[in-house]
Amino acid sequence: MTKQFKLLYKVSIIILAILAAMTIGSIILMTIGADVFKTYMVILFEPLKTTLQLSEVLLRAIPLTIIALGISVAYRSGIINIGAEGQMAMGILGTTAVALAFPELPKPVLLPMAVLAGAISGGAWGFIPGFLKAKLQVSELLSTVMLNYIAAQLYTFFLRGPMLDPAELSMGGGTPQSMRLSRNLWLGRFLPGTRLHTGLFFALILALLIYFLLWKTSYGYKMRAAGASSRAAKYGGISVTWYLVIAMVISGAFAGMAGAIEIAGVHRRAIEGITGGYGFSGIVVALFGGLHPAGIIPASFFFGLLIVGADMTQRMVGVPANMVNVLQGIIILVIVATKMILADPYLMEKVWRKVQNRSTKSKEVEA
Amino acid sequence: MEITTKKITSLKMEHITKRFPGVLASDDITMTVGEGEVLALVGENGAGKTTLMNILMGLYQPDEGRILINGEEVHFRSPNDAFAAGLGMVHQQYMLVPNMTVLENIALGYKQAWSFVKLDLAMVRERIDEVSKKYGLLVDPDAYIWQLSVGEQQRVELVKTLCLGARFLILDEPTSALTPQETDELIVLLKRMSSELSIIFISHKLQEVKDLSDKIAILRHGAVVFEGNTNEHSPSDIAALMTGHEVELPLNEEAPCEGTSVLDIRNLNVKSDRGFLALKDLTLNIRGGEIIGLAGVSGNGQRELAEAINGLRKVEGGEIIFYGENIANKSPHYIIQAGMGYIPEERNTEGIVPSFSLKENLILKDTEREEFSKHSFLNNKAIDKNANDLRVKFDIRSPNVAVAAGSLSGGNIQKVILARELSRKPKFLIAVYPIRGLDLGAAEFIHKQLLEKRREGIGILLISEELDEILDLSDRVAVIFKGQIQKVLNRKDANRRSLGILMAGVKDDQTV
Amino acid sequence: MNFIVNILSLGIPFSVALLIASLGEMFNQRAGIFNLGCEGIMAMGAFLGMLIPYSIGQGGPTPGIYNFLGLALAMGVGALFGMLFGFVVVTFRAPQGIAGIGLQMFGVGTAGTLFRHFIGGTQSVPGIDNLPIPGLSKIPLLGPIFFSHNLLVYLAFLFVPTAWYILFKTPWGLRVRAVGTNPRAADSIGIQVNKVRYQALAVGGALAGLAGAYLSLCQAKMFSDEIIAGRGFIAVALVYFGHWHPVKIMGGALLFSLAQALQLAIQGQGINFPYEFAVMLPYVMVIVVLAFSRESQLLGPTALGQPFNREKRI
Repeated sequence: MTKQFKLLYKVSIIILAILAAMTIGSIILMTIGADVFKTYMVILFEPLKTTLQLSEVLLRAIPLTIIALGISVAYRSGIINIGAEGQMAMGILGTTAVALAFPELPKPVLLPMAVLAGAISGGAWGFIPGFLKAKLQVSELLSTVMLNYIAAQLYTFFLRGPMLDPAELSMGGGTPQSMRLSRNLWLGRFLPGTRLHTGLFFALILALLIYFLLWKTSYGYKMRAAGASSRAAKYGGISVTWYLVIAMVISGAFAGMAGAIEIAGVHRRAIEGITGGYGFSGIVVALFGGLHPAGIIPASFFFGLLIVGADMTQRMVGVPANMVNVLQGIIILVIVATKMILADPYLMEKVWRKVQNRSTKSKEVEA
Repeated sequence: MEITTKKITSLKMEHITKRFPGVLASDDITMTVGEGEVLALVGENGAGKTTLMNILMGLYQPDEGRILINGEEVHFRSPNDAFAAGLGMVHQQYMLVPNMTVLENIALGYKQAWSFVKLDLAMVRERIDEVSKKYGLLVDPDAYIWQLSVGEQQRVELVKTLCLGARFLILDEPTSALTPQETDELIVLLKRMSSELSIIFISHKLQEVKDLSDKIAILRHGAVVFEGNTNEHSPSDIAALMTGHEVELPLNEEAPCEGTSVLDIRNLNVKSDRGFLALKDLTLNIRGGEIIGLAGVSGNGQRELAEAINGLRKVEGGEIIFYGENIANKSPHYIIQAGMGYIPEERNTEGIVPSFSLKENLILKDTEREEFSKHSFLNNKAIDKNANDLRVKFDIRSPNVAVAAGSLSGGNIQKVILARELSRKPKFLIAVYPIRGLDLGAAEFIHKQLLEKRREGIGILLISEELDEILDLSDRVAVIFKGQIQKVLNRKDANRRSLGILMAGVKDDQTV
Repeated sequence: MNFIVNILSLGIPFSVALLIASLGEMFNQRAGIFNLGCEGIMAMGAFLGMLIPYSIGQGGPTPGIYNFLGLALAMGVGALFGMLFGFVVVTFRAPQGIAGIGLQMFGVGTAGTLFRHFIGGTQSVPGIDNLPIPGLSKIPLLGPIFFSHNLLVYLAFLFVPTAWYILFKTPWGLRVRAVGTNPRAADSIGIQVNKVRYQALAVGGALAGLAGAYLSLCQAKMFSDEIIAGRGFIAVALVYFGHWHPVKIMGGALLFSLAQALQLAIQGQGINFPYEFAVMLPYVMVIVVLAFSRESQLLGPTALGQPFNREKRI
């Protein structure tokens, strides 16, 4: 088997996968009578047309990157974190609590403290399913999902209650949100006319950190070993359960930090709907990015693009924004299926032999 | 599909070829079995015997070639077609559903009892009764499979194939999980059945091949290298043909060791996965510089013992004294640091991380060591050098040290594990089925390494199913049966007969 | 006393969606596959269930036949979704956990998209009314609790012994159990493992779709993005600690629904208990029960979650 064949084979599979995904998406679009071509154009290209829109894409990419980094750490350590949504919410609560409690502290103190609080709250929320799995063999798939719903309720409780903006209370507005948080918390916006904030650089630094952690340290080695083959890791003296818990705490902490950054950079107050599906989108981004920081960064950009694009399709082609969830779901299904095909050496050999047979047959015909 | 009653007078495989990724499992095989004949299909592990039989049973499709029954070509697209033609197979790993009864397991294939809304279990029961009486194979239809012993399960498998109308039996390593005495019983049974059915049985145990078969076919690397009548050849002829050369595995002929005991296991109680005690009050001691072979039919506690010593399984009672310290229930990490080396049973899932590279696997237990990581930052240069050195020293065949360890052949994977364990300079070594599935070249290498370590004063606990391996290498042989050590014999007293009796649970040899 | 009757008569219909979805998931898991996309299939079912009645009647009353067409559509598409899942995890042998999440996102997203396009807003339907059993429903206490519900409720509970019979007394059930416990053995005896798994997934999907349709047609009588509220995931969890047995699963479904009914009843009484904590209760319960249930290996499908590959060397 030649190297060119292997490359060609893999590229063709990936192209087929992309086509399959777009076809399924088109079916849904056709069911609602939308212009398929125009819709894809809007989703993929419209947000790139102005600086403002582009900045919005990057804005979405920031929390996506951070969450996806956390999820990839967990995934590589052998545990699937579906709970980023809830961990992010808890992170926001932690950050808001600190910001509400110490508004007078100077920025170099308050900001890191608040982000740390977000990391700790998210990490704690990630600790729970990690612990449950390590000690009681509870499937993390189910516990994290349940914790999402619980966190959502806790979030609403605090926003409607203890953290409710006193202004809302007195004016009888009823919008569940906290008051505007101290300026000492805000992340600077560096692109005039846009909301793009310095959290962008924070995300990039975190990506670098994760790269070093997983591939350049003995801790990362052990976590990856535990995820790749928990049995062999155990036999090798690696405490798999311990690293499992650590991975979930890191994963939760990252989701919590993503929440903190969103508050500090974008909204500057805790409101409903902030988590907006980032928790789930983060999973797709992690998978799409090959669970590696180098892939996650462009992947978050791509999904930020999808999210902003889908927002615009409602206005421009009459396609509801829910379409983005449809696409994300399709992408997950296609990615996991494609991964299996690419990992099947038997199939590759069968195709190679068919190609060879056909070429020898045609040579015989020519002769 | 009606059950055929036509006798199979001849079965022929012509030019059968089958490929798996990277391996030619069956290479232009042609073979014939006549009426009432017993054919032994012989070869080393990995020669392609099971694959060939799976093709015959319709589980695999051959890439080339054809099968003829009674002179007519047949195409088996699934096991159903094979059953319809009158073939039946008892696999090496029993194809039974543990949490269903014997009755349900047989009903699973007995399609006559199926209708859309009802499962006619009474009909199946009758058929089981009929077959049991005819062949003298008694089974309890209402017993759950998990309740049965290995020998009883095999009987269920035989009854199952006969209930489904087999006129031609295929048996894959039928005696691998039986004691020598149970083996004798099975051979008597099969001899009786061969008057009515033709039989192919796969084995690498030459004595039973001699006892049971009329014809022999020898496979090597997927091809037939010999076919002939059994009574015209001696076991050593056959062995030579099997391996292609005269190979003598290294023998332990040293003087018995006089040292002190370094691993002292006292009254060990360990539970199995199912919850009952796998090891009951087990006591054994091993001296430095000696090899203790642990003989026993698989499933009598060997796995649990190895795991308990290495901290991978909870010790409910008793002690494991290693160089004066009780290591029972300490963490695996602690025990590894204390100098325990372990070559585990399943090389692919317990010995290596298949997706990690060769060099990464070689430092699996040593990531904290100063030479490989400073302040937890990995030192890639040192890791590379270590891997390259070991690759040469242990003759590991691989393109480079960065390939995934899982892509290597079985023998090379075992060498990686060996390299890792031995280069750590362990004080003791536990080797579980170390040459299982390996070709003779790799086996020879590994046995040589074990003997060398013995000479260096390291104690070795060798756990194996192959009595030959145990008899070749051990200074003393301990026999394990139902979680207890029956007896420990010196090398001069250990032979197939004495061990066989102990393996079956008889403590004192009353029958002389 | 009235309080208790209230809780019970509310709790029983609450349990129906969970019960139907869990029984469907039971067939999936018995065959060796866990489908986290259950939630997504339920969402599709909820939308499709009300699509036909709404389209015909525009929110007003319609002849019962359209309701049942809605249910049938939900079941049919549910079965298709189940088989789509099969395509990914059986044919391609992809990991079931992540694929399930993908199916869930796909289902929820598609349901939301189609709803906004075809119906939109907060439109409601009259749905399926209660069908008190003549005579029996007049019995004091027992009447309102057991005999005053709609047809689907009765059918759902009748399905429990039916599912038991199918699983343990029919050849198909035997095949399903074999395929989920030792697929290699089933394969060697001539059973088409993948085909049986597809069938189980179709049944599971159809039931999940039906469960979703029940929510929109009988319970909420409308559709919203949050209508499923995690019940699909709870259904998957229920099968685990119901030990894959229809009767235990029914018990679990009732337990959770009674907790939900309790929450509503407490609110009704005006007891000052924070609303959000009451809503949290079922989800917390799931975690608690998961934590304390010891999986009995011997009872269940030991090949759960493992794709089957005949060519794979043992």
